[in-house]
Amino acid sequence: MADITTTASANRARSASENPVKRFFRATEIDTRLLGMVGALLIIWIGFNILSGGLFLTPRNLWNLSVQTASVAVMATGMVLVIVTRNIDLSVGSILGFVGMIMGVLQAELLPQLLGFNHPAIWIVTLLCGLLLGAAIGALHGSIIAFLNVPSFIVTLGGLLVWRGATWFVTSGRTVAPMDATFRLMGGGTEGSIGATASWIVGALACAAIVATIANSRKQRKRFGFPLRPMWAEYFLVAIGCALVLGAVLIVNSYPWPVAIARKFADANGIAWPEGGLFIPHGIAIPVLIAIVVGIVMTFISTRLRFGRYVFALGGNPEAAELAGIKTRWVTVKIFALMGILCAVAAAISTARLNAATNAQGELDELYTIAAAVIGGTSLAGGMGTIAGAMLGALVMQSLQSGMVLVGIDTPFQRIVVGMVLVVAVWLDTVYRARAK
Amino acid sequence: MTDTTRTPLVELKNISISFGGIHAVDNASVDLYPGEVVALLGHNGAGKSTLIKVLSGAYKRDGGEILINGEPADIGNPRDAKKYGIETIYQTLAVADNVDAAANLYLGRELRTPWGTLDDVAMEAKTREVMGRLNPNFQRFKEPVKALSGGQRQSVAIARAILFNARILIMDEPTAALGPQETAQVGELIKQLKKEGIGIFLISHDIHDVFDLADRVSVMKNGQVVGHARTEDVTKDEVLGMIILGKVPPKAIPGPGAMQTA
Repeated sequence: MADITTTASANRARSASENPVKRFFRATEIDTRLLGMVGALLIIWIGFNILSGGLFLTPRNLWNLSVQTASVAVMATGMVLVIVTRNIDLSVGSILGFVGMIMGVLQAELLPQLLGFNHPAIWIVTLLCGLLLGAAIGALHGSIIAFLNVPSFIVTLGGLLVWRGATWFVTSGRTVAPMDATFRLMGGGTEGSIGATASWIVGALACAAIVATIANSRKQRKRFGFPLRPMWAEYFLVAIGCALVLGAVLIVNSYPWPVAIARKFADANGIAWPEGGLFIPHGIAIPVLIAIVVGIVMTFISTRLRFGRYVFALGGNPEAAELAGIKTRWVTVKIFALMGILCAVAAAISTARLNAATNAQGELDELYTIAAAVIGGTSLAGGMGTIAGAMLGALVMQSLQSGMVLVGIDTPFQRIVVGMVLVVAVWLDTVYRARAK
Repeated sequence: MTDTTRTPLVELKNISISFGGIHAVDNASVDLYPGEVVALLGHNGAGKSTLIKVLSGAYKRDGGEILINGEPADIGNPRDAKKYGIETIYQTLAVADNVDAAANLYLGRELRTPWGTLDDVAMEAKTREVMGRLNPNFQRFKEPVKALSGGQRQSVAIARAILFNARILIMDEPTAALGPQETAQVGELIKQLKKEGIGIFLISHDIHDVFDLADRVSVMKNGQVVGHARTEDVTKDEVLGMIILGKVPPKAIPGPGAMQTA
């Protein structure tokens, strides 16, 4: 017990000598890095909003932004684990393309013959096959890396070509369309959004989860007599978390269905068309919900499960992990299998969104995914990275891209900017780490 | 201490291992009794660390056998070694730099809640208890291990080894990274562990570090065992002679690597 009281008094002594800002960050335990990223995001948003004459920060653009981010955000969560273990996966875009094409052929050509057109089970059978295929491809990559000792850079560079070629081979380059009606919901759009009421329910659940998490962590700390955050800091965190969630819900709920679709809907349901038009909010898009769920599950895996602990230990010191008795090879295989599954999820989102499977689907996505993870604070030296950071990184990347489209910057310049941002982000990361030491 | 009628805790018999044609360890035999400290001495590259890594499961032996409590033990990897209660503190301080002390202590053997998730709170509580016994000044539980000083990292490595009721402790240059005060602490700790009946292999290239702590010394040179001696029977200079020249003093038991006297 004695050592705890001395820590507490030492902390108090330390905090007394600090300025209010530092004291604030210590009390709330907010990660200053993450905060820096949020700051960068806000600058990008406000900057593009001014440049585009107020087009960027509209419910419509932000809603679209959220849908466009979903697929890369899903893959970025897996890329964090890959990079944390000092590996790289260059094949995610091609896996997305291949799995997407297989899922396209399944639901548009094979399953309707077996089950009948528009059979309700088509989407789920397709999705499960896609997830299995993604896991198998990832596990294959992981096994070659772990058991045959081929560097991940080479294995996945090979994979980049192999799976892109395979995508091409499946239909000899033909685009497959349209997708199953239920499957298409995963891509968002007017149909693939959950509406205002459901969005508020999701928002309320998220707020309840925030309160429960913070209360539970306080209880656990108290039980073992660890230092507690001051009460005001706890309230502050709850307030800011809930405000962000509810604010986001408010924004997606202020984006109405397009007039044509709303009118069709009104006619079909016998609703009289009102004078000023019918306001039906989109609410949260299904792909965004999928991405959020993936983010939560991946955060859980990486921080609460033994597997996640091993991933980080392996990244920090592979030799120590091996000597501690961790089956490091199996961990590597599992990481890549997980990456493959996430590619399949991203493939479902992007084929559903496009309502087609093409042989160019997911091209360059490996770079956006890696960039998202790295911008989100994943260290290429291994051992460091967070899921939330990577998803935020994906949002930053997508904001940059959408913003440039809105402002009217040509495609070649877009790529030039994205490339430079990646290099600058890694440089800033290096500077930050050198300071932190 | 050494009682030949008892069964040794560990017996390494005629161990050989070679890397690419070089005999790193050649037909080496050492043993260890409960509550005994055996210092394994020799120059850098004499094969001490390699020999001991065979026992800790990091290397696979080419020949020879390992007996634990007189029974042949099948040790093929670090997990097997841990099953026999063999814990190792490596010269390179094998800790994962980027995670905190508790995560390192329980690495590979995490405590879990009934739902299968990591029980961080319980692990940290136990870590605080063990570290409190070992190094009462240690307070930085929440920080990644890389933020700690050499001595603090060493205490994390030692805490990890004793946390799981080790019966056999291998310490490879345990004080190489430490200052004088921390070295003294490790010395105290070794005496304490010895009282608890744990057998300890101390590996060092510096005889002064370990001579006073050890009950026996085994000296290696060029991958072979020069000889064994009880520390009360020999002087430091005689042991130095064993290390440098391979010359075995009269009261020591010569091994295959002993200098052939004409």
